[in-house]
Amino acid sequence: MGRLTIEGVQKHYGKVHALKGVDLDIAEGEFCVFVGPSGCGKSTLLRCIAGLEEIDGGRVKIDGEPVEGLRPRDRNVAMVFQNYALYPYLSVFENIAFGLRARKAPEAEIQTRVARAARMLGLEAFLERKPKELSGGQRQRVAIGRAVVRDARLFLFDEPLSNLDAQLRDGMRAEIKRLHQEIGKTTVYVTHDQIEAMTLADRIVLLRDGRIEQQGAPLDLFERPATRFVAGFLGSPQMNFIPCRVSNGALAFEDGRTLPLPRPAAEGRSLLLGLRPEHLSRAVDGDPRPRLPVEIDLVQPTGARTYAQFRLGGVEATAELPAHAVERPGARIDLAADMDRAHLFDPETGAALRD
Amino acid sequence: MIRPDRGLGLALRYVAAVAATLIFIFPIYWLFMISFKTPDEIFASPPVWWPESIQFANYGVLFKDGDVLTIWNSVVIASVSTLLAMVLGTMCAYSIARYRTGGNFFSDWLLSNRMVPPIVIVFPVFLLFVKVGLVDSYAGLILLYTAFNLPYVVWMMRGYIQDIPLELEESALVDGCTRWQVFIKVVLPMARSGFFATAVFTFVFAWNEFIFALVLTRAEVTTFPVQVTHYFGGQSNFWAKIAAMSVLGTVPIFIAVTLLQRYLVRGISLGAVKG
Repeated sequence: MGRLTIEGVQKHYGKVHALKGVDLDIAEGEFCVFVGPSGCGKSTLLRCIAGLEEIDGGRVKIDGEPVEGLRPRDRNVAMVFQNYALYPYLSVFENIAFGLRARKAPEAEIQTRVARAARMLGLEAFLERKPKELSGGQRQRVAIGRAVVRDARLFLFDEPLSNLDAQLRDGMRAEIKRLHQEIGKTTVYVTHDQIEAMTLADRIVLLRDGRIEQQGAPLDLFERPATRFVAGFLGSPQMNFIPCRVSNGALAFEDGRTLPLPRPAAEGRSLLLGLRPEHLSRAVDGDPRPRLPVEIDLVQPTGARTYAQFRLGGVEATAELPAHAVERPGARIDLAADMDRAHLFDPETGAALRD
Repeated sequence: MIRPDRGLGLALRYVAAVAATLIFIFPIYWLFMISFKTPDEIFASPPVWWPESIQFANYGVLFKDGDVLTIWNSVVIASVSTLLAMVLGTMCAYSIARYRTGGNFFSDWLLSNRMVPPIVIVFPVFLLFVKVGLVDSYAGLILLYTAFNLPYVVWMMRGYIQDIPLELEESALVDGCTRWQVFIKVVLPMARSGFFATAVFTFVFAWNEFIFALVLTRAEVTTFPVQVTHYFGGQSNFWAKIAAMSVLGTVPIFIAVTLLQRYLVRGISLGAVKG
């Protein structure tokens, strides 16, 4: 129970075409994360699944049953909102019980279910309190409790961690993942944070401009991005994109430096080389990888790693090096480029070149 | 940071506060005193600040003559019309706030109805009421006060409802509520302070309303403000009755405001500061 099928879903807000035909099939028990920049349509898509927005075209099916015409209450989904959406005038217990009471569940069942949800989320000590007496993390846990207490077919999360501070966010992220492992319910989770997407998802659906740009397992998207947009969106610091041209069977940059071609490409063709900062390291003697002499112009230590910036092919590029690899700007060093893991993109379309 | 006042500043502040309180309390005190005085004491010069014995005779007359019934009339008319205006107005406000019923300017247009001075419509309404047989009836005044208060209720409640985060309602919808349940279980509790503050103002309007009550009632449902004017005579004014009646007329308002006080302050200041 909990298979979600989306076929050619369209949504307009006035003149804005928010969803331009989205197709998606989410298997039972899957943890699917919608990720993308602001305005890409990820929240709109989630709200269309919940029934909070009506779609203008296409189909939404839960367990094979079309739900487009159904009210939110009849879709039997549970949703957690960014701002918790707790009722300030109700106790934690009543907040969690709200959905059960709305569906007129028997009192004994309400007591057992709320108690179980509270135990699962460590809220047993707070059941009599009002939401304003709780911390941000506890409030979000109550909001999650409201969702898990019901026997819903789908769990929908709309940027649930955005209001928490960074430390709390890491903890809650782990809790949500553990919860999903325990309950095993189909979950659709919206975030703009690529780390959340990578860590939580069984499958990432990356949206851009109302369309799915690419979908797949997190590492799949990370290692085999279909477009320059996907490559740039996932990974921090961002992938370097360096304009170059195929010349004499190698990649030539406008400043004359060259690197070997990672995969075949037509002679003379203009390309974008995509190289992640972690795939550039300081060259040591005997390293078989191709070398790139650079002059470091900015050093950003982060503790464990240091980000060193340099110019290549007319643009600024970054290498992620060990903490003490470079001490100050102005240093001239040789970098070793892991060309096996480099990507090539068409500068016009942004599409990745495949073998 | 606001520094707490010390010494002279604090003393001056207290003096000003006490002076302001006295100025506002004095007419109420004087009203009560007159209602307990004998006729001689009322007109004594220099004034009698505290009557020699507390007289309830002035109240006795009002009860004996049946004048207090007019207060009952006012209670019925003001309560029922307030209840109707609040129920209808809040539902209407919800519809405007969440569904943009009537377009963007509907509530402005509604409010403009409230800006019509009563005197402008009182005679047309009188002629209409004569035709449909509503003159001198509870129903007539209740209908009129409800209609007159509705724009105010809609305007105020729309503001309070717009301040409720939409997510609370959406969450309830997903949790299994119908729109109607959302209104009862989420919107009303969330707008409670504003609801009671608006209700008090609506009630006070209906309670104090004079011109419609004067024109549209005869002997059956005379309201309390109209009754008080009967004590101003061509030859003399019955100050004792005026005072006693006014004291009785203050009591329901006093009770209502005392009961709703904690909502009132929050309701009036609600939305003033984003929390």
